[in-house]
Amino acid sequence: MKKVFANASDALDGLLFDGMTIAAGGFGLCGIPELLLDAIKQNGAKDLTFASNNAGVDDFGIGILLQTRQVKKMISSYVGENAEFMRQYLSGELELEFNPQGTLAERMRAGGCGIPGFYTKTGVGTVIAEGKEHKEFDGETYIMERGIFADLSIVKAWKADTTGNAIFRKTARNFNPPAAMCGKVCVMEVEEIVRPGELDADAIHLPGIYVHRLIQGEHEKRIEQRTVRAA
Amino acid sequence: MAWDRNQMAARAAQELQDGWYVNLGIGIPTLVSNYIPEGIEVTLQSENGMLGMGPFPIEGEEDPDLINAGKQTITELEHTSYFDSATSFGMIRGGKIAMAILGAMEVAENGDLANWMIPGKLVKGMGGAMDLVAGVGRVVVVMDHTNKHGDSKVLPACTLPLTGQGVVDRIITNLGVLDVVEGGLKIVETAEGVTEDELRAATLATIVD
Repeated sequence: MKKVFANASDALDGLLFDGMTIAAGGFGLCGIPELLLDAIKQNGAKDLTFASNNAGVDDFGIGILLQTRQVKKMISSYVGENAEFMRQYLSGELELEFNPQGTLAERMRAGGCGIPGFYTKTGVGTVIAEGKEHKEFDGETYIMERGIFADLSIVKAWKADTTGNAIFRKTARNFNPPAAMCGKVCVMEVEEIVRPGELDADAIHLPGIYVHRLIQGEHEKRIEQRTVRAA
Repeated sequence: MAWDRNQMAARAAQELQDGWYVNLGIGIPTLVSNYIPEGIEVTLQSENGMLGMGPFPIEGEEDPDLINAGKQTITELEHTSYFDSATSFGMIRGGKIAMAILGAMEVAENGDLANWMIPGKLVKGMGGAMDLVAGVGRVVVVMDHTNKHGDSKVLPACTLPLTGQGVVDRIITNLGVLDVVEGGLKIVETAEGVTEDELRAATLATIVD
């Protein structure tokens, strides 16, 4: 059982195909699997569906795959930061399925837990509820949402041991654990791979069972909205 | 006369109760954290996965791994905790967050809220707004009473696509404070220098006594 690969291209070898669904971690540009996204660009796989909270910016994150027209559809909660995204969407080249942010996170978590559907109050009475099953529980109306079962998960953690036990850092955790859980195969990139035993077993955020392939690399970690206060 | 942005935020801060976990939206709601009353301890949630949100960092201490839901760099506090997005919205959907203070484009007298899209205009997405209004204990809207054309944003029914149905509990505007009650809206108070008649005249929604 060897999970550690030399680089992102090697780690994705044999996993990519046209028309596949990929769940990606990250919130904005925070905690995104930037090395794996770059390797998908190099690979050229196309007609991809991405379940990802956001679509990056024009030259970073999923934005780089929009430039190369590799993305067919986005399942996201907020996509405003990307001019090329909007151009492709408005011209009808790109499909977009809006999900409320918590519904998207729970769809990923559910998929990873073998749950094909669940009921939520979120979106009842809005366009999000149109065409979905409604059901009453204890006098309250809920809508059914589907679990996401992705062909591949790509995620980014801070540290992992060689068996894939992973730790995230601060708000870079975000969608990474649920995204990791919902793929048939999960490839993870980290800033540092350590030997088993070096991480506190009680402090593991994502157990290695969810991680099939692992790479270490240098991350740019771009800041989207640098905001400071007076010293 | 009416309240300005900061006075609206200060009024909204009076809604906070000691020990509450609260989510503040983008815009005027963000300013509420500057006016948390003395002796009241509240923990701010950032729905991208954090409880105990601190102020913006000083220059040089920005951390790309530490941002708020508006993607701005922020800081942590001693009692901060981090978690994933599914857990974050689990606590929202599960009713653990006592209150959300949010901006709005329109609010209706039955508590309907519209704050995420204008048909025909660029739609960026609802983010976490639909989850928040469906899940938190209490929803307080802070917004200008009228739009830039002078039309009331407090309406008999929303004209824009909804974020949530019957979800708003209280509306704080530059003209005053209104509660959503049976049959319409009830005036709680008027802003300094605003008469009740002026507030009524600026409101298209039904006001009940």
